[in-house]
Amino acid sequence: MQVTRDFSHYVREAGEGLRHIDLAVEGVHCAGCMAKIERGLSAIPDVTLARVNLTDRRVALEWKAGTLDPGRFIDRLEELGYKAYPFETESAEVAEVAESRFLLRCLGVAAFATMNVMMLSIPVWSGNVSDMLPEQRDFFHWLSALIALPAAAYAGQPFFRSAWRALSAKTTNMDVPISIGVILALGMSVVETIHHAEHAYFDAAIMLLTFLLVGRFLDQNMRRRTRAVAGNLAALKAETAAKFIGPDEISQVPVAAIHPGDIVLLRPGERCAVDGTVIEGRSEIDQSLITGETLYVTAEQGTPVYAGSMNISGSLRVRVSAASEATLLAEITRLLDNALQARSRYMRLADRASRLYAPVVHATALLTILGWVIAGASWHDAIVTGVAVLIITCPCALGLAIPTVQTVASGAMFKAGVLLNAGDAIERLAEADHVIFDKTGTLTLPELEVMNAADIPADIFELAGRLALSSHHPVAAAVAQAAGAKSPIVGAVEEAGQGVRATVDGVELRLGRPSFCGAEALVGVAALDPEASIVAFSKGTAKFILSVRQGLRPDAKAVIAALKARNIGIEILSGDREPAVKAAAEALDIPEWRAGVTPADKIARIEELKRRGAKVLMVGDGMNDAPSLAAAHVSMSPISAAHLSQATADLVFLGRPLAPVVAAIDAARKALHLMRQNLWLAIGYNVLAVPVAISGVVTPLIAAAAMSGSSILVMLNSLRARSGSREIV
Amino acid sequence: MEILVILVPLALMLGGAGLVAFLWSLRSGQYDDLDGAAWRAIADDEPPQEAPAKR
Repeated sequence: MQVTRDFSHYVREAGEGLRHIDLAVEGVHCAGCMAKIERGLSAIPDVTLARVNLTDRRVALEWKAGTLDPGRFIDRLEELGYKAYPFETESAEVAEVAESRFLLRCLGVAAFATMNVMMLSIPVWSGNVSDMLPEQRDFFHWLSALIALPAAAYAGQPFFRSAWRALSAKTTNMDVPISIGVILALGMSVVETIHHAEHAYFDAAIMLLTFLLVGRFLDQNMRRRTRAVAGNLAALKAETAAKFIGPDEISQVPVAAIHPGDIVLLRPGERCAVDGTVIEGRSEIDQSLITGETLYVTAEQGTPVYAGSMNISGSLRVRVSAASEATLLAEITRLLDNALQARSRYMRLADRASRLYAPVVHATALLTILGWVIAGASWHDAIVTGVAVLIITCPCALGLAIPTVQTVASGAMFKAGVLLNAGDAIERLAEADHVIFDKTGTLTLPELEVMNAADIPADIFELAGRLALSSHHPVAAAVAQAAGAKSPIVGAVEEAGQGVRATVDGVELRLGRPSFCGAEALVGVAALDPEASIVAFSKGTAKFILSVRQGLRPDAKAVIAALKARNIGIEILSGDREPAVKAAAEALDIPEWRAGVTPADKIARIEELKRRGAKVLMVGDGMNDAPSLAAAHVSMSPISAAHLSQATADLVFLGRPLAPVVAAIDAARKALHLMRQNLWLAIGYNVLAVPVAISGVVTPLIAAAAMSGSSILVMLNSLRARSGSREIV
Repeated sequence: MEILVILVPLALMLGGAGLVAFLWSLRSGQYDDLDGAAWRAIADDEPPQEAPAKR
């Protein structure tokens, strides 16, 4: 059978006989890498463009159509020492990029208008106390209006739209008081200008938009960057499937190019990337990513297999029922839908603040107007004072209080290896006081490890590793990796379902089932660990036993201790068998654990904790965890998790250690503290400024100074989220 | 004060030119890779050739 690689799915036409492909590249982090990659790729004849994007860690390539195979670029990058894979921009990322550009455009327009209006306002302010003629003042006001009105109409769109959406849904958010404030300030200024009045607030209104857009843009940019990283990670998993394109011909195609009805080959040691049904072959499969169960399941004709299953022993032909966007077990889909509906009811801190804030401010403005009328002022003066109250209380600092902290905190989490999926995840994570861990793949590492490598002589272990290279079995792969084996033993023969054997210097080597190596006698001693797979190795008459299992994450114990020190409740809910869960719970010193739990049971347990008032953080990776990830107050997944779980989780953490869980909780708690502090700062500023506004002595100069002063104070306070205490565990 | 007739439009034109330049730079993708751009400014134009064996 012949295998070819087919990347045509990712290749785009770039006009004029050119083809374009985008590659995600791992490990690009400096100018040196950038230059090396660009030169290395440009050196290939017929390549017309090779440009690295260092921010997103991607390479854009263009070449003359029909001259090159994209696989060559990937090989070239591999020679240069970089792992690369084509990727397709997800629609979610495209939307984030467009939104980010739009905000930057709005910010540019608003900043231009602020600077020019301010240039006109300062002469008016100084002219008001000296010898400016009223005609000149009016002229300057009209010029300001000419700049500020169109600029505000354009740059205010993000706020006006969001406010309108909130009002149509009969709720309120922070953008409602912002929009009302801006529109009233501009409207009143136009009326005042028409009546040749002394004060106009064009500068205050447009400056408010500029400050708020800064916060909005920073927030959006962080989100865009997270998406880009997540997109790269998904691409670099390089999920492919061996698709039959003829009766005996196989093409290795990306999962995105597989359609229902296609037939794919699943070889031993491969992870299935599609959902489907076995039509030929017999094998054992590891479904731990789907059910949490670590015992292998027998698969034969008619057995359904799901994306994420690992094929262990024999080759299978699978008819695809659903490809990249997997259809799931019906049960999990139903649970997930219910849980997701429940979650959308969470109300963000900013919205809660604005729900209190807007009525108070608007009532104050109204009372001010009525108060002045009762005190004998004219309606005109009273309304001007009322609007001044609205302008001075306009939630400039309040609007910045939360996004700026969020931006800085998510940047800090990003560095600690945590990606945010949901905007409000920081607030919810900060409240978490009970953590539920899944076991398989979360507390333990997804890869297999040799547990007793230290007990075996180094030369024997190395030999076993080299022999293991000749087998596709995942356990053998783990042995080979643990031994750091590079060169396979020539002439090694694999006996299906038994093991591998070879003869070196007249001595027979065998690696495989204990019976295959004649080492049954040793097994009784080693088989204490219920989760481990036992492999035997024999060299002539010398026999050894290797115990292979999923090891705990290296820092799991320290992380659990750190969580306990923070007074956070911990428990394990696992779909795995009792002995395996018990062993892990004891090793980690977690008294509360449940084994053999179904997805519905997990949700029931979470609901029970919720009723007791606990805020649950669920950390899980399997497809069976997805509904409980959605049901929990906040959720986290390792990057090795099933697609669905990763998409459902609020946060995703990278790498082997478990420490990002604690780091994220710490960062989130600190961020929430700063958000609250910022809100209090903003409120404190209002408490000082509002009496001044009510008394009617506010001039546009005071409004502008107060607004920028409080905004800068809040921004500076937010920056404190960056300096985090480094010791995590 | 007649000088205003010249100065005010001039100031607005300069501001407008700045805005147009910003929008153009945004459109031409100059903010897409800020990290890379920082390094490109100090990168060598020509790849350093293999050092000659003899001097």
